[in-house]
Order: sequence, then structure tokens, then C-alpha cells
Amino acid sequence: MTPDDLYYSKEHEWLRLEGDGSATIGITDHAQQELGDIVYVELPDPDSALEADEVMGSVESVKAVSEIFCPVAGTVTAVNESLEDAPEVVNSDPYGDGWLIRLRLDDAGSPAATMLSAGDYDKHVASEAD
Amino acid sequence: MSLRRTPLHALHKELGGRLVPFAGWEMPVQFGGVVSEHLAVRRQAGLFDVSHMGELRVTGPEALPLLQRLTPNDVSRLVPGRAQYSALTTDSGGFVDDIIVYRRGEESFLLVTNAANTPRDLAWIRERGGTAAECVEDLSDETALLALQGPRAQAILQTLTELDLTTVRYYRFAEGEVAGVPGTVARMGYTGEDGFEIMVPADRAEELARRLLDAGAPEGLVPTGLGARDTLRLEAKMALHGNDIDEDHSVEEADLGWIVKPDKGGFIGRDVLVAQRENGVTRKLVGFELRDRGVPRHGYPIVVNGEPFGEVTSGGHAPFLKKSLGLAYLPADACEPGQAFEVVIRGRPVPAEVVPTPFYVRPGKKKKKKKRAAAAAV
Repeated sequence: MTPDDLYYSKEHEWLRLEGDGSATIGITDHAQQELGDIVYVELPDPDSALEADEVMGSVESVKAVSEIFCPVAGTVTAVNESLEDAPEVVNSDPYGDGWLIRLRLDDAGSPAATMLSAGDYDKHVASEAD
Repeated sequence: MSLRRTPLHALHKELGGRLVPFAGWEMPVQFGGVVSEHLAVRRQAGLFDVSHMGELRVTGPEALPLLQRLTPNDVSRLVPGRAQYSALTTDSGGFVDDIIVYRRGEESFLLVTNAANTPRDLAWIRERGGTAAECVEDLSDETALLALQGPRAQAILQTLTELDLTTVRYYRFAEGEVAGVPGTVARMGYTGEDGFEIMVPADRAEELARRLLDAGAPEGLVPTGLGARDTLRLEAKMALHGNDIDEDHSVEEADLGWIVKPDKGGFIGRDVLVAQRENGVTRKLVGFELRDRGVPRHGYPIVVNGEPFGEVTSGGHAPFLKKSLGLAYLPADACEPGQAFEVVIRGRPVPAEVVPTPFYVRPGKKKKKKKRAAAAAV
């Protein structure tokens, strides 16, 4: 199930507001399923400033490489370093231990204006499958 | 054009295979996941549907001379019941296709060709074989091919056949029934493991696949897709036509000179291949390992001594060896293990190093001696 307390991008990233002006970002369950076994995750350096929709890294599966877009503007405060040795956690727990980065948001306003709700994201995924 | 389907299409769907377009066919890229399937083949066994591959029957008095002209390996050395890896070569010694030649009788042969190349192979054989090519018949539509691969393959297959598989040694085959289905059982594969390729009539393929999966389940047999087939063959450094070998790279450059037997007489591409063997080649296909994090992939640029030199022909993350590996053509003077170069991964040069191949050799199998490579280097 797509968690309904997160925001989603059309490029299959999720974002969770942490309530302190920061957000956690990862890729969706649908994205990890499409990619298959993930073998390598490339993440930005901590303290990088990212623009909305900027490429912030990549996720590589056995089959393919997929770029990850940062859905909102902000400054990276942490990256999930445990993925260096265990990238497969993105497959097994995409919304939990498989998170990718934490970001201090440039604009503390809600990303609701630019991102999708769980329900709209599910519709988006269904429309892509057609 | 709509995608073609193998006789196992319905079974693939039933088994939860993810079907994707491949070489004009709708094929399963994975069932349980590429990594788990890859490891199952290295440790137990996997069953691949490779029915998309082509089968050409060549029969009659013209068959042997025709194949001798079209291929670099010596077909006359095959006795019935044996097969050999070979190629259809161009005038410049490149690959129209890489193929397997089975000898079924004095005047009866079977060629197994790559799926996407089969129409081109047939056209080539007809163009270069002239009237002799009338003895070539395309059996691809009526033939299914299953590959049972892995250390448990023989034990699984033996439960379903009266054939004594211990007598079917590497690159030999026997004809008989498996699970009541008449077919050809050959010990060979494209994974680096022991295993068999089983050729049966298309309308009996699903029945056979179900019996194999049932018989193999207690041994750990799983259905496996083209994703694992690709990662397995890369670890074993087996060339993929269209990636590592093609019309623009010769058999000698591809480090497959062992299939060239100039003493057998004339064949297409012989002059070029003999000259390359005597004078050396300017580039050669080598295996490499990435020395930093990242995954090299087909088409990524290669930089040698600061100069651009070609691209990665195959690459990926090797699930069993847990390394990032690849194949690439490098200048002949930069092919020794330890040679450093760079692979450009999305704009970032990543250090890599030539390593001995095959990357993976299964336990108990001897590495092929590199006599020819040593001779070419002096």
C-alpha cells in the first residue's frame, strides 16, 4: 500500500515532512519493483544545495540505472550511508530503512502544491501502466 | 510489428514472469528477481526458456562442405553426437553471428543461432552458399529450446530420462526422451555452470518444462529469465552478439581465436584471420573490474592513457562475485591484467583495471590455457 502520510513525485520519489523544516526523501515501492534488484545507490554529498527537480543521484539495479530527482529545493543534511554496503534495503524497505537523503527545505511551505497525494500517485502509476 | 511468443508464454505468465520485449520476442526478464535467480543457478539450478533462438537443419552431401566454407571451426572434426562453438564469419573475419554446430549424422547438421540474427543468418547462408544452401531448412518455429543450468542440473534431468547423462560429456549430445518427450539433450550452456540444453518439438515444450520444474523443485530448481542469463554469461565472459561481437570486430579481436582452424582449408574471412593471428591484432576484447564504486554498462566510453578508446561492450554488477565487471576492446598493447584505464560513467571517469578472464570459473573446472594469447603477444 502507498503510505498516505507522504508526498509523491511523478518520477516516483516520496517525501516525508519531519515537522522541523526538514524532509526525508526516498523512492517508492513501485519504483523499486520496476527497477528490480538494486546493486548501487549514488547519493549527493552532505551540504549540497539542490534545486527542485535537480538530479540528486542515481539508483542502479542489475538491469538498469535510474536517476533520482530531488522533488523540492533544499540543502542536504544527511544521506543514508548504510546503503553503500546494503543497497538492497531500498528494495526491502523503500519507505523505511531504504530512505535516501534528508533535506533542510528552502521553503518551509507544504510541498502539496507541487507533489501528489498517495491517491493521486496511485492513479499516476496506473495511468503509466496503460 | 507485434512481438513473437515462445511456446512457454502462458507458463511464464502463470509463474509470474515479467515479460519484456527482447530481440523481437516477448520474453521473461525475471521471475523471482535477477540476483536470486543468478545465485540459484550458481548453487542449485535454473530453467531458462531460450526457444527464441533459431534452429537451422543442414542435410545432404553438400552440408559438410557448405559449413566448412561458412564457419571458421573445423566441422570435419565433429563426429556424430558432438557439437562445437563456431561462427558465421564475414570476409573481414567478423561475426555475422556466433552459432553452435551439432553433427547428428554423416550428412546431417543442426545450427543454433541467435534469435535476432536468424533471418539475417539464413539470408547470408543463401547469399554465400549459392545452390548448396538449398539443403538448409529453418526449423525455428517448430522447435523449442530449454536450458537447464546449474550444479544440480544433471541430477534433476537424470530422474526424467533413460539416457545415461554421465556419457553425455561437455559439447556432446544424445537423442532420446525426457519425461516422455522426444528431444536432443546437449551438455552445454551460457552460464558458466554445468548444464544441458534440451531441444524438443514446440508443442511439447510446456509439458516438459512443467515436468522439469516439478522434478527439480526439491533440488532448488527455479524458473530463470533473461536478466540472470545475461549476468551469468558476463561472469563467465561469454560473448553476446550485438554487444561484444559483431561484424565490425573479428574473431581474433574477440579473443575467440580458438575457434579458427586455418588448416582445414578455405572459409570466409580466413585470410584476414590468419594475418591477424600472425601479425597480431590492434585491439582485443578483455575483461575488466571497476576499482571504484559504480556500474559499467554497454556503451559507456573508455579512456586509455587519457585518450578516448571505444566503449564498454558489456558490463554490470556481478551478483555472485559481487563486483562491477565489464568487457571492452582495448588497444593490443594495453590488454595485460593490471592495465589501468577509466570508464566514464555519466560524465565521471571511474578507474578500472584489466583482469584475467573468465571472471568466474565453476569449482572443479580447469581454466583454459591461454597459449594463443601468449603467442600473439611475442
